[in-house]
Amino acid sequence: MPANRFNGFTDYGIGIGLRSPHYDHILTKKPVCDWFEIISENFMIDGGRPLRILDQILEQYRVVQHGVSMYFGSADRLDREHLRRLKELVRRTKTPWLSDHLCWGSVDGRYTHDLLPMPYTFEAAKITAQKVRAVRDFLEIPVAVENVSSYAEFHVSEMTEWEFLNEVVERADCGILLDVNNIYVSSQNHNFDPLEYVNGIPAERVAQIHIAGHSKYRKYILDTHDHPVIDPVWKLYERAIQRVGHTATLLEWDDSIPSFREVHDEALKANKFLASALLKKAV
Amino acid sequence: MKLAAIQKRMARAVMTPLAPGDNMQRRVSGMGDMRRYAATFIKPNDRLTSFERLELYNRQYWWRVLAALQEDFPGLRAVLGDKKFDTMSKAYLIDCPSTSFTLRNLGKKLEGWLARHPKWAGKDQRLALDITRLEMADIEAFDGKTEPALKPEDISALASGSLKLRLQPYIQLLDFKYPVDDLLLAVRDSDEGAAFASNAFSQRRKRRRVRATAKLKPAEIFLAVHRIDESVYFRRLAREEFLILRALRDGKSLSQAIDLGFRNSKTPIVERADAVQKWFQHWATLGWFCKAAQKAVLA
Repeated sequence: MPANRFNGFTDYGIGIGLRSPHYDHILTKKPVCDWFEIISENFMIDGGRPLRILDQILEQYRVVQHGVSMYFGSADRLDREHLRRLKELVRRTKTPWLSDHLCWGSVDGRYTHDLLPMPYTFEAAKITAQKVRAVRDFLEIPVAVENVSSYAEFHVSEMTEWEFLNEVVERADCGILLDVNNIYVSSQNHNFDPLEYVNGIPAERVAQIHIAGHSKYRKYILDTHDHPVIDPVWKLYERAIQRVGHTATLLEWDDSIPSFREVHDEALKANKFLASALLKKAV
Repeated sequence: MKLAAIQKRMARAVMTPLAPGDNMQRRVSGMGDMRRYAATFIKPNDRLTSFERLELYNRQYWWRVLAALQEDFPGLRAVLGDKKFDTMSKAYLIDCPSTSFTLRNLGKKLEGWLARHPKWAGKDQRLALDITRLEMADIEAFDGKTEPALKPEDISALASGSLKLRLQPYIQLLDFKYPVDDLLLAVRDSDEGAAFASNAFSQRRKRRRVRATAKLKPAEIFLAVHRIDESVYFRRLAREEFLILRALRDGKSLSQAIDLGFRNSKTPIVERADAVQKWFQHWATLGWFCKAAQKAVLA
């Protein structure tokens, strides 16, 4: 499914997250990179250097917006100021689709700035789906929700995480940003089979895939985005590609960021799996 | 338990200050025994208790918001010292948690809060308030809005007493009791090198930073925090210059602004016209006046 209605019928290949340590390299060397993902909130400002750099990037590259604070799963109402600024940015970047996380992070207008886990209940799915729909209707572009890494589960949960994801995207009729690293991290923290998760999601709704590295501790794994992708995550990615086909893939690297080339080379390892998907399609 | 109730319950615990050693507190007023509290809504697993799982989020919250304040206020940190800055930050964040989707706004209430809580402002509250205001102005100037600028020739063509000029929205005009611009530049200078330094080297830099703070003597300054080519700069202003610019920002006409600028001024009257002309030339060269506002006024 290279192009579908959840990614604006685009056929993007492998991209990386646009991060400030790479700005100079990108603007001066103009390296080949299929697309960049930006953190929307970093550019939801009135002016200055970040927007000037973004405009220069937009002249030469394709950019997709990814958010970290929409909090689709919050019981709070949507933040109108956030939405207004987001729409301004959408007009600027002409992003073909937009993603944010299946999580919550604010209560009564107070922000934790974290991606907090959802209780997997039908009530939560209903509230979340309503908000996804409201955001999509306001922004007038396809919206994809991303599964998060989590470190806690709730007693009240009525289903598995992937069943909850399915419930939300079916109710909202939206896309999925499938983060295979997050699936791996959560599977280790909550003792489930990550392949069951990948096999359990509606392949036709996947708009994009995230890959990343993480940090392993004695009793848990943290989603730190500061290492290369490990083999078990590549295996999940391979399975995901088998199911969904050649799909826009993005490597996230947010801490201890190495050179542009190192990050891009790590991302390009995905080509091995994407190529076999293309071959299969051709046969 | 409903979604809203779970989220309130969890957020309350996550935003509760950490105990010494960066552990979650065992007992919290209003929540009681935190092991029991966590167990009411969070499942344990074979490796972590409900308390330990909640603690991961509690730690992440505090580490994230404290790191954000540290990054935004290195000058205040140098003034207070690392330990006091840390305890002040915790007290501030308890009173003023983030109410914005972006961490950029986390320190917006800090100056007002320090003014109301002098016990957290160190030995010299005025210095702490000044440096805090400068650091917040630096953030505002960094990503503030730019409007199309008037060129020097546009201004001379339009000049008249009743003309109203508007300043670029990103420009911050500030008056201080301490020369905190020098202090902040010294702190940044030492921090830039520290990223590449060995331990021994960074200790030496830390001492330099402390010396820079200790040496700072009160001196009234007037400052414009502005941008050139999207980089933020501090420009010292004469008192009259500052008053004229502030009056223009407040919507006063050109002639009113000049009158206000020279009220109680020690500048001899014969020198004023030349000074004003020089300042306007400089401000216009820096692109400080907006075209859009000009059109609106003329219309």
